[in-house]
Amino acid sequence: MSAAWENGRSKFAGPGSTWRRILSPTGNTGDVIFRILMFLVALLMVGIVVSMVIALAADAMPSIRQFGFGFLKSQRWDPIKGEFGALPFVYGTVASSLIALLISVPFSLGIAIFLVEQAPPYIARPIGFVVELLAAIPSVVYGLWGIFVLAPVLREYVEPALAKVFGWLPLFRGSITGIGLLTGGIILAIMVTPIISAVVRDVLSAVPGSQREAALALGATKWEMIRVVLVNGAPGIAGAIILGLGRALGETMAVTMVIGNRPQISFSLFEPSYTIASAIANEFTEATGDLYLSALVELGLILFLVTFIVNGFARVLVWNVTRRTGGVGRAA
Amino acid sequence: MSVSKRSFALITACCVFAFVLFAIGCNPGGGSGSVSLQGAGASFPNPLYQKWLSEYGKAHATVKIDYQSIGSGGGIKQLKEQTVDFGASDAPMKDEDLKSAPGEIVHIPTVLGAVVITYNLEGVSQPLKFSPEVIADIFLGKIKTWNDPKIAADNAGVTLPARDITVVHRSDSSGTSAVFTDYLSKISSEWKEKVGAGTSPSWPIGIGGKGNEGVTGQVKNTPNTIGYVELAYAVQNKLPVAQVKNASGSYIQPSVDAVTAAASASIATTPEDLRVSITNAAGAQAYPISSYTYILVYKNQKDAAKGKALVDFLWWGLHDGEKYAKELQYAPLPADIVTRAEGKINSITAAGKTLR
Repeated sequence: MSAAWENGRSKFAGPGSTWRRILSPTGNTGDVIFRILMFLVALLMVGIVVSMVIALAADAMPSIRQFGFGFLKSQRWDPIKGEFGALPFVYGTVASSLIALLISVPFSLGIAIFLVEQAPPYIARPIGFVVELLAAIPSVVYGLWGIFVLAPVLREYVEPALAKVFGWLPLFRGSITGIGLLTGGIILAIMVTPIISAVVRDVLSAVPGSQREAALALGATKWEMIRVVLVNGAPGIAGAIILGLGRALGETMAVTMVIGNRPQISFSLFEPSYTIASAIANEFTEATGDLYLSALVELGLILFLVTFIVNGFARVLVWNVTRRTGGVGRAA
Repeated sequence: MSVSKRSFALITACCVFAFVLFAIGCNPGGGSGSVSLQGAGASFPNPLYQKWLSEYGKAHATVKIDYQSIGSGGGIKQLKEQTVDFGASDAPMKDEDLKSAPGEIVHIPTVLGAVVITYNLEGVSQPLKFSPEVIADIFLGKIKTWNDPKIAADNAGVTLPARDITVVHRSDSSGTSAVFTDYLSKISSEWKEKVGAGTSPSWPIGIGGKGNEGVTGQVKNTPNTIGYVELAYAVQNKLPVAQVKNASGSYIQPSVDAVTAAASASIATTPEDLRVSITNAAGAQAYPISSYTYILVYKNQKDAAKGKALVDFLWWGLHDGEKYAKELQYAPLPADIVTRAEGKINSITAAGKTLR
């Protein structure tokens, strides 16, 4: 096989056609065209992202000039008086996404492990189907469900119980309305769980069966075998979590309906909060005045940056963790 | 290979066919005399305007009018950029907006609306009554519980629970918030100073719901809440609404008649250009949290045919269109204002000539 391939290359690509070799190792004209086409498609995506950042930055210029770095530090958001600050929105966005991941990741891993390692196919298939179905529900439906089902349940049962047991923590103090940061985080958790669990399931399925057999053959229990599989799939699992995080950071409609939409920084999970995406969706339509519009656009730019930073941070973290656990796995 | 080639050819043929159909569909088929108008703006009068467009369209087949409810701010912006033929706004345009527009803009009031106070209070069956100070204090966060003596003073004989009040307000910027905060700014100097009036005020307390439906959802589902929504929305959804004490000292149940009464009571103070706030109106029967909604058009129309169609439509709206207002829970204009709006429509010109 390899020899034929070598032959193919020497036959079609003459010496000195370096470009051609770079574009297509096999030297086939069709391959060259295909490769260029795919390269352009990939480039188009980069171009779109870059042009978005440029457009946002250009429209945000009046606000950037007016407030400078103070925009990021200020906690006031008062369109009537023309004072704009992004900090409460950044806090709400990051905090709600964090809560979502804290709840969702254990669940998603559990679902994926059960489906791949434990469930017989006649159970795994329907459960997998239902979990994937969750990902297809429009976010406004999640929002309505949040208002009419989740918020009352949280208000009547969950939040009073949390306040009773953990009331000594500032996290669980404050008035209980069922609407707030916690509700937003839980809605997000439910929304990202199908994404994370579906990807993790595929990752775990891709771990070679020989790994499992080897672990079991060495006398590992089922739990220890699953740990080996998890360590093997760690980079993929991390990718799944980052994918979910991206969804959580940018989610708008469902969160808007349950988070309370109040630009404040409160350590209580019961208090209303606000996310960047919600603020833009809520206020853009009726925003009058150039500075107000510009401040909203700058919020969009900041969401871009927050997503970028959080993703980058998550990647570095994942990279470190996988290297370490990879080492432990090998040593064990 | 041949199969995929054949299917490729089939897809291409389909695409070409679809494109041809599309091109035919896009071709303005009416020929001469057909005019199309674009409007955009306030979402509050949208149900009425859609009704107008469909009724007007039935009688005038050559005129095609579209209205997009993108919000008052967007309507004003698009009108200033001249991407639409008419705009619509709940609040009259500000002086600086009028100055920066490329031409003189006239305000044509179409109907009136109102903002009502709705609440969720178990065990209270008769409508609650509020005096202005109490409303301001609740939304400022100074009155914190339902059994506060100030609320009790307005509601003799009602047993009010000793529960905390949860305030619900609009989270999206909206004309409803603008009317409500305009009212609060008039009746409370503290509100005016601390918060002010606008489409998206910085609320001292409370949780935000998106749209009328968001606020209603929160109020319906959370005990001991208070919020505000449009009158039309409250009536259609049978929400409990509060009576509000007006400037003459009587408690008024919100209704379309009480809103028209507020406009009638304000006629003396209505300026020539019809840009006026009628909150806290003086009449004995006036509901105090009321407001006009406007269609905004350039006084000097560039295109005579379009201008003529627009003027005819506005005239029809003021006369034949008003009868659809009440059934959709909008308050019709008082007769005096109709006359003055007619004058505004008659003042619209194209190339120096009047269009009516």
